[in-house]
Amino acid sequence: MDALVGNEANRLAPSTLASKGGWEKPMQVTVEDVVRTFGITPALHGVSLDIHPGELVALLGPSGSGKTTLLRILAGLDFPTAGRVLFDGEDALKFTVQERNVGLVFQNYALFRHMRVLENIGFGLRVRPRSRRPNRNDIRHRVLELLDLVQLSGLEKRYPAQLSGGQRQRVAFARALAIEPRLLLLDEPFGALDAMVRRDLRRWLREIHDKTGHTTVFVTHDQEEALELADRVVVMSQGRIKQVGTPDEVYDRPNSPFVFSFIGESSALPVDVEKGKILLDGRPLNLVAKDIPSGPAELYFRPHDLEVEDNLLGGIQGTVSAQRRHGGSRRVELEVDEQRHRIEIDLPADFEPNLGDRISVLPRRWKLYR
Amino acid sequence: MAGARGLALKQPSVIPGFGLALGFTLTYLSLIVLIPLAALILYASSLGFSGFWQLVTEPRTLAALRVSFVISFIAAVINVIFGLIVAWVLIRYRFPGRRFLDAIVDLPFALPTAVAGIALTAIYAPNGWIGGLLDPWGIKVAYTPLGIGVALVFIGLPFVVRTVQPVLEDFEREVEEAAVSLGATRRQTVFRVMLPALLPAILTGFALAFARAVGEYGSVIFIAGNIPYVSEIAPLLIVIKLEEFNYGGATAIAAAMLLIAFLIILVINLIQAWQRRRFSQ
Amino acid sequence: MSDLSLPLGLDFIGANDRARSVTTERRRVRIALIAIAVIFLSLFILLPLISVFIEAFRAGLNTYWVAITEPDALAAVRLTLLVAAIAVPANVIFGIAASWAIAKFEFPGKSFLNTLIDLPFSVSPVISGLVFVLLFGLQGYFGHWLRDHDIQIIFAVPGIVLATIFVTFPFVARELVPLMQEQGTQDEEAALSLGASGFQTFWRITLPNVKWALLYGVILCNARAMGEFGAVSVVSGHIRGKTNTMPLHVEVLYNDYNSAAAFAVASLLALLALVTLAVKIALEWRYADQIAGSNRH
Repeated sequence: MDALVGNEANRLAPSTLASKGGWEKPMQVTVEDVVRTFGITPALHGVSLDIHPGELVALLGPSGSGKTTLLRILAGLDFPTAGRVLFDGEDALKFTVQERNVGLVFQNYALFRHMRVLENIGFGLRVRPRSRRPNRNDIRHRVLELLDLVQLSGLEKRYPAQLSGGQRQRVAFARALAIEPRLLLLDEPFGALDAMVRRDLRRWLREIHDKTGHTTVFVTHDQEEALELADRVVVMSQGRIKQVGTPDEVYDRPNSPFVFSFIGESSALPVDVEKGKILLDGRPLNLVAKDIPSGPAELYFRPHDLEVEDNLLGGIQGTVSAQRRHGGSRRVELEVDEQRHRIEIDLPADFEPNLGDRISVLPRRWKLYR
Repeated sequence: MAGARGLALKQPSVIPGFGLALGFTLTYLSLIVLIPLAALILYASSLGFSGFWQLVTEPRTLAALRVSFVISFIAAVINVIFGLIVAWVLIRYRFPGRRFLDAIVDLPFALPTAVAGIALTAIYAPNGWIGGLLDPWGIKVAYTPLGIGVALVFIGLPFVVRTVQPVLEDFEREVEEAAVSLGATRRQTVFRVMLPALLPAILTGFALAFARAVGEYGSVIFIAGNIPYVSEIAPLLIVIKLEEFNYGGATAIAAAMLLIAFLIILVINLIQAWQRRRFSQ
Repeated sequence: MSDLSLPLGLDFIGANDRARSVTTERRRVRIALIAIAVIFLSLFILLPLISVFIEAFRAGLNTYWVAITEPDALAAVRLTLLVAAIAVPANVIFGIAASWAIAKFEFPGKSFLNTLIDLPFSVSPVISGLVFVLLFGLQGYFGHWLRDHDIQIIFAVPGIVLATIFVTFPFVARELVPLMQEQGTQDEEAALSLGASGFQTFWRITLPNVKWALLYGVILCNARAMGEFGAVSVVSGHIRGKTNTMPLHVEVLYNDYNSAAAFAVASLLALLALVTLAVKIALEWRYADQIAGSNRH
């Protein structure tokens, strides 16, 4: 505790917020075998994760995957039943939420309704013990700097009720930054915004992160958001981490059917593997599966990775059962005969098949899971 | 006839019965409430301003008004403090007997005021359960202004609790978490974040408790002692004037009470409207 | 996961203690606050209630029985029941009419009308009685006319009924209006489009939709009607066996230093309050969603 307080006191030297030099060195976060059970239901089963200094990490998963619980444990709002959490190698669990100095942005912003923007952002500084509290002028100065950083200059006199959703989001963000956090945590930061504002704020968040260099963790259920924003994505499901990797890694090399289908669009077909050959309904496909043991498996691929084959043999054959325009391409639904499985294919927009046409397709990229 | 007029007034609707319902409502409202209250205003204005002023500024009347409003104010303040604690405890904590406590908070609404009056007197009289404990210390509750305060706290208690309770229940936990994550202690979170947010509800509760206390009669007269200039409340003085068939005197006090009470409520409503304009979405 | 947000008090123990402590007070503070609440409610509410019954039976069962069965007491009970039997249905009919007009239609002045309905709550009971004296009392506006026609309202049952209706006026309407506003007009429109008549729509659709709120309003209205003291006291004249309702009878007995009898009659009223409270809470627990105004008083 002493170390932490001392640390904070040092950082209170007058700083120019917007420049990287003013910030503390970003923090390393280590999560070791963290278990959290509520009553008898486990929310996290032994989760381990390393977050590097200055990294922007997304916790991605469906609801109930434990991502918010993990975030709350990092924040100090919740505590693990077992396991360790280290901040720069130091046990973080012995610190209370107040001592952790973690900036937290809530999904619904949790702004203080009765305070003006100025007072909201300065709150974390005003509640410090007198010995560490900046004087009135310094607080004001810092808040105005932050307002500038989040591009809300001029709105300091407003109440939260007088701001748009996107503006509230940025006030919440500035409020979290005001305490010069060692770690920034965002819970579904764009969840409550409409699509247009979302996209703008995503870019904005990325820029701010690049400027300030905080170690940042955000929770989202939106894979597009995670892929676009994060340095690394942590895919979670049912209280476990399924995969950790860069957006490219989790998108192109998903390590499980769950990750494959949760991130991006996908179709799957049951196949049989026999001596390096992949059989669909007993017919071999023109795909090579070396080093894969024989037996039943699932073939996963993405709609845009499929190409039409001239040769009916060796491809995935099916009947066009529906087609519709899908952005720049044409989305075709194919009924794969005997098993009556439906797969989706993205084809060039000028390819206009008739319903009932038989075509044959093959994935350029695919994964086999068993 | 009311129907035809009503049809012209309202927005088109397929639902029948507007004329009948509104006609009956307005007639009944007028007969029971508006005409009698108008009679009061008419009677008061027939006194003329100087006559009214003379009646209201009689020393005994002034003293009674002062007793009523001052003690009602103090009782409402006490109700804000303890009502807030009661609401907090009922919403935030789980403990044996919580539901029972929650239930009895409404008793002052349900218990006839005369019953409350004699019961409180029995307890707080010098030979009562609590009065007996206080008497050796020289503290007299029953038959003093303190007794009036006790009765007014009793009847005003549910107002603060019941207006604060739902707001506190809906208070977003995330806001509290945001405060602690920014480094606020529990005390700072409660006093700087939560209580200011509860302020509109607290003010409403205060206004309701205060308004009720100013007009209260039944529970007060038994415990008050009713000594003129000391523990005589304005409603009692109205009754006394009526018993003397002094309608003018009674009406003047009533009009003054209504006027002051409405003014205070108006001020509180303005404060609330101002707060709401700032805070609400 | 939902128990995460449960605000726990004394019973919280064990592993989750730390997590919950983030947004609650220290154990010491919690215990202190609970103690303050318990003591405060005991001193101001529980003790008075208990004392009513203890004082009532202090002089023995026999005295109690005599006190509540003597002719004046019985007359007071009869009058109280009679007054409630007139005032409550009158205000029920008004409440239904008012809520139908306010909730199902849009018309100018609606919110003002809504405010007017609550007016009697902000008027002192004594003033509620006074206004009828000013109208119908001997020196009141209609005093002479009434005397000439030998009609007595003040110091008689009609005055008591009028004053009671006045003070209990808003109870039913204020429960029904917000609920019916919340429910909108879709159900009624559907019924009408299916061929129901206006009356059928009201009787089979609207009324069942609000029945618990109506019952809620009725019991509150009834409790106040039977227990009203100030307004009734002004218009009654306190004629024993004739114009004394139960609360007035309590006062008369108490002022006669007949404390045991006063508390005996008071205990009946306290019992009424307890029953009212029990029904009210039962309705709030079971039909919370169908009682819009359950948290407004």
